[in-house]
Amino acid sequence: MTIADSRVQAPFGAREVAVTTTEQIGPYRVFGCRDELGPRPRAGQFYMLSSSDHWGAGSDERPYLPRAISVLAADDDDLLFVIEVVGPGTERLAQLVEGDGLQMLGPLGNGFSAPDEGARAILCGGGIGFVPLAMMQQELLTAGREVTALVGFRDGAHAAGARLIAGAQVATDDGSVGNEGLVTELLLAELDRDSNAVIYCCGPPRMLDAVRAIGVASGAATQLALEAPMACGYGACYGCVVKAADGSYRRSCVDGPVISADELAPDWLAVGGAK
Amino acid sequence: MTVNLCGIELAHPVINGSGTFDVIAARRVFGAAVDEQFPFSAFVSKTITIEPRRGNPPPRLFETAAGLINSIGLPNRGLAEYLREELPQLATLPVPLITNVMGSNADEVGVLFEALEDRGEIAAIELNVSCPNVKTGLDIGSDPAELSTLLAAVREKTTKPLIVKLTPNSANVALVAAAAEAAGADAVSLINTLRAFAADPARPGEAWLGGGTGGQSGPAIRAVALAQTVAVAQAIDLPIVAMGGIATAANGRQFLDAGALAIAVGTESFRDPAAAGRIGAALT
Repeated sequence: MTIADSRVQAPFGAREVAVTTTEQIGPYRVFGCRDELGPRPRAGQFYMLSSSDHWGAGSDERPYLPRAISVLAADDDDLLFVIEVVGPGTERLAQLVEGDGLQMLGPLGNGFSAPDEGARAILCGGGIGFVPLAMMQQELLTAGREVTALVGFRDGAHAAGARLIAGAQVATDDGSVGNEGLVTELLLAELDRDSNAVIYCCGPPRMLDAVRAIGVASGAATQLALEAPMACGYGACYGCVVKAADGSYRRSCVDGPVISADELAPDWLAVGGAK
Repeated sequence: MTVNLCGIELAHPVINGSGTFDVIAARRVFGAAVDEQFPFSAFVSKTITIEPRRGNPPPRLFETAAGLINSIGLPNRGLAEYLREELPQLATLPVPLITNVMGSNADEVGVLFEALEDRGEIAAIELNVSCPNVKTGLDIGSDPAELSTLLAAVREKTTKPLIVKLTPNSANVALVAAAAEAAGADAVSLINTLRAFAADPARPGEAWLGGGTGGQSGPAIRAVALAQTVAVAQAIDLPIVAMGGIATAANGRQFLDAGALAIAVGTESFRDPAAAGRIGAALT
């Protein structure tokens, strides 16, 4: 099954916007900006972001490339992004304060598609992977669709992020918040109750692969939002490929980031993705 | 400042480095704006080979100080699909089209040249003898005698202007450029990426990149590119298309002042697809 191409096209070229809001929620930095030039993105699309000033000469003399960041919410011209610091790029983005300049390219990639009429959506997120799912949840609720949200976090500190996705069932690895265990256990329980549901997933590679396998085995339509390091975000560099079921390499940025579970090669993680 | 590159009129001196901009993908992402605001004065295709290539396994990128190392592996759909599917889409661009090709020997390069010969959409051919990810490129492009032999065998297979893209991974780039000039090249382009190794942070001594070694690009290599441009400009009389870490008009000006006729932007386009258009406008 192929995900329908519902992408919103981006203005050509990077543009500068100003950071308008910031908030710290557990380990997550949420910041807003006003983007008057760009269109409203679809859930699952992303932007390439960098700071206008002091992008570079951080740890390891980086960052150099902009970073691919998912949108949490879009309201009129206001966009919300969420950052978790994992390296010099996210570290710099998390330092931005109100009034700082942000270089932005996007919206990019092909986002999620709505479930067939009558089918329930199950959103299954791992860690910061909840971000595009929260936006999908709002799109679906606005359309009057039935949505169940499941999110897994490694610990209670990270579970603070569940505040950003309404009504989510939470699982934590250490059991400090919600169910002790993996979010995939919650997913299997939901699928037992409703085998016609459509799965929407975003999370770290191993969790994404577990959901891929569940989707393929159960036959449930499954839309996976991939996360991959990218240089460009618009199909130019061919750097963000994943192995597809037909053996070809597909670019996460333009052929994804949302891809159907059955389109991903079963051994996609072994082909470099697990590093 | 318009530029005449081997008889091809360019509206400004900035073209793209081969394999750093995909017009067909960009149209999916940006729509008609790609053609309306096309940043380059000519479009150089990615490297086309006779047979399709899947490219290297991921990871393919590694960010460095002021640049990145890539190991992409020249993915392309092969000569036949290029001619049938891609060329008609590229031909509608508002700028001249240069097709970049690579073959592992004179027979293959000859087949590629002959297949492009009757395609009027193609204004010039760029011959890749310099990709550090592919053994053949390194061998031919790093040795003046090897390059002479290849060009002597294929030069007459095309009447189109022939640009030879030089590798920086040679002992003396000026000697290679002189060999290209003597063997009938109409222009040279330089530099390609510098051979580089990305160490896996989690596995000491092991390669991060799926393809093993890669090529460094970005501002990190600009001074090397400028030195090689100066050396080649002193050695030959052919037009030079210079590139390597050009990110601003001031950077580009240095290459033009060093003797380049035109310049190419590559890695900076990854950071902003409109960057080359700004540089071109500033240098016009």
